[in-house]
Amino acid sequence: MRLKLAATAALALSVLPVAASADGEVNIYSYRQAYLLEPVLEAFTEETGIKTNVVFAKNGLAERLQREGRNSPADVVMTVDISRIDELVDRDLTAAVDNDVLTQNIPANLRHPEGKWFGITVRGRMLYTSIDRLEEGDLTTYEELADPKWKGRICTRSGKHPYNVALISSMIAHHGEAEAEQWLTGLKNNLARKPQGGDRDQIKAISEGVCDIAIGNSYYYGKMLADDNQRAAAEKVRIVFPNAEDRGTHINISGVALTKSAPNKENGIKLLEYLSQEHAQVIYAEVNTEYPVNPEVEPSGVVASWGELHADTLPLHEIAAHAAQAVRMVDRVDFDN
Amino acid sequence: MEQLAESADHPSYQPLLAKRTSRRWLVSAALITAIVALPVISVLFLAFFPDENIWPHLMATTLPRYLITTGKLMVGVAALTLLFGLSSAWVITMCQFPGRRFFELAMLLPFAVPAYVIAYVYTSLLDYAGPVQQTLRGVFGWSSAQDYWFPEIRSLGGATLMLGLVLYPYVYLLARAAFLEQSPSLFSVSRSLGHSAVSTFVRVVLPIARPAIAVGLSLVLMETLNDFGTVDFFAVQTLTAGLFDTWMNLGNLGGAAQIAATMLTFVVILVTLERYSRRRQKQYAARDNRQPIQRFVLSGKQQALCLLVCLLPFVLGFLLPALTLANYAIEYFDESWNSTFFRNTLNSLFLSGAAALTTLLIGVTLAYSRRLHNTRGMQLLMRLSSLGYAMPGAVLAVGVIIPLAGFDNWLDDLMRGAFGVSTGLLLSGSTFALVFAYTVRFLAVSAGSVESALQKITPSMDMASRSLGHTPGKTLVRVHLPMLRGTLLTAALVVFVDSMKELPATLILRPFNFETLATYVYQFASDEHLAHSALPALVIVLAGILPIILMSRSISSSRTLA
Repeated sequence: MRLKLAATAALALSVLPVAASADGEVNIYSYRQAYLLEPVLEAFTEETGIKTNVVFAKNGLAERLQREGRNSPADVVMTVDISRIDELVDRDLTAAVDNDVLTQNIPANLRHPEGKWFGITVRGRMLYTSIDRLEEGDLTTYEELADPKWKGRICTRSGKHPYNVALISSMIAHHGEAEAEQWLTGLKNNLARKPQGGDRDQIKAISEGVCDIAIGNSYYYGKMLADDNQRAAAEKVRIVFPNAEDRGTHINISGVALTKSAPNKENGIKLLEYLSQEHAQVIYAEVNTEYPVNPEVEPSGVVASWGELHADTLPLHEIAAHAAQAVRMVDRVDFDN
Repeated sequence: MEQLAESADHPSYQPLLAKRTSRRWLVSAALITAIVALPVISVLFLAFFPDENIWPHLMATTLPRYLITTGKLMVGVAALTLLFGLSSAWVITMCQFPGRRFFELAMLLPFAVPAYVIAYVYTSLLDYAGPVQQTLRGVFGWSSAQDYWFPEIRSLGGATLMLGLVLYPYVYLLARAAFLEQSPSLFSVSRSLGHSAVSTFVRVVLPIARPAIAVGLSLVLMETLNDFGTVDFFAVQTLTAGLFDTWMNLGNLGGAAQIAATMLTFVVILVTLERYSRRRQKQYAARDNRQPIQRFVLSGKQQALCLLVCLLPFVLGFLLPALTLANYAIEYFDESWNSTFFRNTLNSLFLSGAAALTTLLIGVTLAYSRRLHNTRGMQLLMRLSSLGYAMPGAVLAVGVIIPLAGFDNWLDDLMRGAFGVSTGLLLSGSTFALVFAYTVRFLAVSAGSVESALQKITPSMDMASRSLGHTPGKTLVRVHLPMLRGTLLTAALVVFVDSMKELPATLILRPFNFETLATYVYQFASDEHLAHSALPALVIVLAGILPIILMSRSISSSRTLA
C-alpha cells in the first residue's frame, strides 16, 4: 500500500505544469543563451504585453520540434547562424510568413524568399591582426590566409564550428571545391596551434603572443572592447574587413522563423515584426554590437568606427547548401588535429 | 556505488516462490523494463535509418583518430584512477598516519564535483590570463607566451587529468571495500613466507581485490566514454565528439545513432569482460573477518609519504576547485543570491528527488522480481533496463523524446477523433520527460545496488516469512526493506547526486523558462562567465557531499559489523 502511494506521489510530482499556450504568450526555442536574449525580449513584453517563454539548448531542438509535431508548443525558433535555420526549413518545420512589415524591414538577401526564415542581425567573419607585429594592409583577404608566409602565425576555433563551416562553404561557393580544399590545407599549415576555444580566445591569443592573426565574428571584438577584463587584449589587435575590395566580407545571420505548428501564431508574427523594427534592432546593435539588418538602423558608434561593412552578396542559402561538403573537407584536411 | 558490484558469489538458490502470487512481479518487471528500455531501443531503431552511410567518410578521415584518442583517454584515465585510487585505498586501509580517518572520507569528495565544472575551474586557473601564469610572468619577467613553455590544459592530457581526478573515487571506494574484506591472515601468511609488504601487495592483495577493482574501473571507463562536456571544452576528439559532429554538422541523426550503438557495444563488451573476470571470485570467497587489521606503524618519512599519497588527489580533485568556486561565489554573491538561484535550486532538488524516488521504486521491483524468479530471462531484463547508463546523455534525450512525443501525439489523435478534444503534449516537454530521462539513465545504479544487497540476505528469511503466510509483497515490505534501509538510502542519494549533475539531457528536454542548477551553470560557464555561476556550481558540489559521507560510513562499519 505504502509502495503504491509512493509510486503515485512520484508520478504526480513529476508532472509539473507546462508553460501554457494561453493568450498573451509566445514560446521560443533558442540556440542562444536565454540571458543574452533578455534585453530584447523584455522590451518586447513591455511594448506588447505578450509574455515570452524560452528553452535554450545548443543541440537537439530541431529533433524536439520535429518529434513534437503539430502539438509542439514552440512558436518561434531563434538561431545564431544560417545552417541551423536552414536545417529547419529542410525538415519542413517552419511556416511561410508573408508579411509587409518584415519584407520592408529586412533586405531580400537576408530572408527566405517565401518567408520561411528571417535574418535579424548580421555579423561579419573578420580577421584580426596584431598591431605590434603586422602592418596595416599586410593581410586583406581570406585567400591570403593560405599564404605560406603566415606559417605558424594564425589562430582559429574548430573548423567544425558553424561559423567556420559557413566561411569554408562560402569559399567553396566562390572557388569550387578543389580550390577551396587547397586553401583550407594552406590555412591549416599556417596554424599556430590546434584549433580550440571560442572566437574571443583567438583574439586573446594574439595579445598573449601565441599568434599574429585570428579569425572571429565582429561582435565578439565589440563585446571584448566593452568588457573591462578583456579590453586590454582587444586593444592589441586591429580589425580587418576581408575582401572589402572585391566580393565583400563573408557574413552570417542570427535568424528567426515561425514554426509550422505554432499555437500562438499571431503573437509569434508580432515577435518577428518587433525584432525587425527599430527598437529591437537598436538593442541588438548597441548591446550585442551586431550589424542591424534593418537599413534604417545604424550600427552602434563603436562598430561604425571600425569602417564600413561591404558584405558578400552570395545568397545565404547557398552557403548552407555547401555546409556538409565543408564539414567533410575539414575532416579530409585534418583541420582540427 | 559499491553496490553496483553485485557479489558474484551469490548462492544459486531455488526460485523462491510459488507460481501464482509472484507472477504479478514478473509481469510488472517485464512491463517496467519495456518502458525503461524504450529510449535505448528508439536510438538503436534510428541507427537503421541513417540519411546516408556515414562510415566510408568516417573511416577514410577521422574515425581512426577518434578511436585512438578515445583509447588514449580511456587508458590514461584508467591509469590515473588506478594510481590515485589504489594507492590511497591501500595506505588508508593498512597504514597508521596522521589524518588517516579524515582521508577515509575525504578521498571520496572529488566524486561530488561534476567533470565539466572541474574543467572550467582549471581552465580559469591555468590558462594564460589565469593567476598561475600571471604569477609566473610576474616572477620571471616574461611578457608573452613565446617567452616560456607552459602545459596546455585544453588538451588530451588535460582532459585525462580532469576525468582522472573526479573519477578515481570509484576505484578507491571499491578497492577499499575489497581490502577491508580480505582476511588479514592471508597477509600475515604471505609475510611469514618471506614476501615483503610490496611483494605481498602485488602477489596476494591485488589479485584477490581484482574483481572489485574491475568493477570500479568499468564504471570509470563508462563515464569516460560518455563524457561530452570536458572533451568538447578541451577540443579533444573522441568518439563522442564524432557522434555530435555527425549529428549536428552533417545533420545525420541516424549516423550518429550508429556511432552511439557502436559505443554501446564497447560498453557491453566491457561489462561482459568485467563479469567474466568476476566469475573466478568464488574461489577467493572464504572470509575471515574476526581478526582486526594490524596497521603498519611507520617512520616519520613514511608517514609523510602516506600523507602525500592522500593529499595530492584530494587537494587537486576537491579542495582547490571547491575553494576557487567559493572564492568566485563570494565575489559575485550579491549578483547570484537571488530568486532565480532559489528557483533553480528548488527545480534541481525536486527533479533529483523525484528521480531518486522513481529509480528506487523501480530498482526494488526489478531486483525483487529477480529474487523471486532467478531465471535467465529475468537476468536479461535486468541488463536491458540498465543500458541507459551506457549512452551519452544527449543521445538518450532524443531517445526519450521519440516515444514520449509519439505517445502524446497518438493520444491526441485518438482524443481528437473520438471527442474532438486535443490533449496536446502531456508528457514530452514537461518535467516528466526529465524525470523519465534521469530514471532511464541512472536506474543501473539503484537496481544494481538493491540487487547485490538483496543477494546478501539469506533465502531462508523469505522462506520463513512465506511459510508464516505472508505474500511476496508483504515479505518485501516487512522483511527485506527494513534490512535494506541503508542500501536504499545510499542508492537513492547516489541517483540524487547524479541527477543534480546531469547536463546534456536536461538541456534538451526541459520545459520553457525552466533551469536547473546544472543548466544555469552551463549557460554562463560555456560563455566564459564561470564566476557568475560559481554559487550554483558550489551548491551542486555541496549537495554531493552528503551521500558521500553516508556511503563512507556504511563501508567503514562493514568491517566492524562483520
